[in-house]
Amino acid sequence: MRGTMDEQAPGPAGLSPAAVSGPGDQRRAAAVGVVEAVRRVRPGTWAGLGFALPLVVYLALFYAYPLYENVSMSLHRFTRATYVTGQAPYVGGQVYDEVVGSPPFWPTVGHTATFVVVSLVFQYSIGLALAVFFQRSFPISGVLRGLFLVPWLLPIIVSGTTWQWMMDADSGVLNKLLGLFGSDGVWWLNNDNSLWAVIIANIWLGIPFNLVILYSGLQNISGELYEAAAIDGAGPWRQFWSITFPLLRPVSAVTLLLGFVYTLKVVDIIWIMTTGTGKSQTLATWAYSMAFGKGASAVIKYSEASVVGSILLLVALAMGFVYLAVQRRQGVLR
Amino acid sequence: MRPGQRQWWKTSLGVVLTGVMLFPLYWMVNVSLTRREAIRSGDLYPRAFTLDHYRTVLGDQLPYLRTSLVVALGTVVVTLLISAPAAYALSRLLVPGRRVINFLLIVAQMVPAVVMALGFYTVYSDLGLLDTLPGLVLADSTLAVPFAVMLFSAFMSSIPEDILQAAQIDGASYWRTFISIVMPIARNSAVTVGLFSFLWAWSDFLFASTLDREGGKLRPITMGLYDYIGSQNQEWGELMATAVLASVPTAILLVVAQKYVAAGLTAGAVKD
Repeated sequence: MRGTMDEQAPGPAGLSPAAVSGPGDQRRAAAVGVVEAVRRVRPGTWAGLGFALPLVVYLALFYAYPLYENVSMSLHRFTRATYVTGQAPYVGGQVYDEVVGSPPFWPTVGHTATFVVVSLVFQYSIGLALAVFFQRSFPISGVLRGLFLVPWLLPIIVSGTTWQWMMDADSGVLNKLLGLFGSDGVWWLNNDNSLWAVIIANIWLGIPFNLVILYSGLQNISGELYEAAAIDGAGPWRQFWSITFPLLRPVSAVTLLLGFVYTLKVVDIIWIMTTGTGKSQTLATWAYSMAFGKGASAVIKYSEASVVGSILLLVALAMGFVYLAVQRRQGVLR
Repeated sequence: MRPGQRQWWKTSLGVVLTGVMLFPLYWMVNVSLTRREAIRSGDLYPRAFTLDHYRTVLGDQLPYLRTSLVVALGTVVVTLLISAPAAYALSRLLVPGRRVINFLLIVAQMVPAVVMALGFYTVYSDLGLLDTLPGLVLADSTLAVPFAVMLFSAFMSSIPEDILQAAQIDGASYWRTFISIVMPIARNSAVTVGLFSFLWAWSDFLFASTLDREGGKLRPITMGLYDYIGSQNQEWGELMATAVLASVPTAILLVVAQKYVAAGLTAGAVKD
């Protein structure tokens, strides 16, 4: 973890608590430590504030304020006219009730859950399989691993349009491939199949992230464990389930949590491929379409969009806390 | 199986897997090089080869590419200016509320971009920042700043205390220490931060499509590409040629700065 001054400061150098004998000594040592820490750190405080100030102002202006606006908008009735008249009456939780009670709400929650869960399951398992495959290097493995990252770093709109064309019903390469196996083409991007279409593209997009993190987790597992297991006669399958998978659990937890948060907020890949129509409408694209138009929602509804946005925000924040708790526990365990 | 054979087998399988993974990108290039009338026949290589799509697109898209470059470079500058000093403070100086700030940085990365876009839209329409490049630069920088602060402070906290103390004994001010000692040592981190903020700003679709919708030619390449999708004429050759153009900076950066990309990818998510 990060070594920071106020964590390193207490106690004169080289004097660990265990080395101090009596309880009185301990208290005295602690007092010396505190005085020392204060003296050493004081002049830095003003400098510290000065250096951190731009960030604090930035966070307030470009995170806190827009988020405040978003929540405030969800509690007022905003319409397009508001931008002309400036009037948006406060209505409390009324818009929340309307949105949650509206017919698209629960189906959209369902699509979102499917999108997130199915994406995560496949991204993680494929990413893990690939990470294990790349775990021990072989000729040109470094280059191949590097190439696997390309889809992640490309603009999503590039991948999105490419998938859209590959999934074209008449002349898309995916249906051509299915045709080789004698299967009829699938209308990938129509209302009923659109959710599966965007999930496939999203799995593809998420594999590199999972591969990178899981691979770096694997690098921390000692090779001696595998050698010992091999001597005991454990095959690769047994080695995976008895060594790799259990030891990778902390990294897996972090990967899945971050993956959850990132998948929940996906707009672009869905919007580019289907504009969130039909079953591919998730909470994020619903909010986007209500505020910024086109796609499924023809009328601009800022307040409703902010309500959905605030719900997303809450879920993301809750997951953020879980993430921190997991990180902290792992820090203690280590 | 002898070890040599096993290695050979793994390499071949790896090549096949990479091929499957990168197939969509190959397909994009393939379509962009195929003559209009042949695109629908779906040949596996550009049999009806042409560069016409690129000729058409290059002229049209040049202003968008230029805008993207300006926005991405602007984002790099803003991100570095804000994150580097803050990281120095958070990792080496005493900042009251340091833990709170670190916590906020983690949470900030989890905020859905659509929520940010909604908030920004209201704020910007009050401030008259809609459809302006500074507005887009500032919004795009929120994609990178929290990541950048965390990456910088992870590195800066590993700089040996002796070096910084020596500078203080020589009478260097905090500012001087930061500029002439900390930053030169943290150069690699700065490159990684710059690289990622550039890529994220270049790739941004959400802020561009909401905060810079009416910007005309002052819109980034992602919007140039989006216009093609929106228009109903379905010129897939030109669309794919534009997509290839939009991918060029990523491809260049991946080749030139692979080391820094690798450094950034694992930072923040996995601790050592």
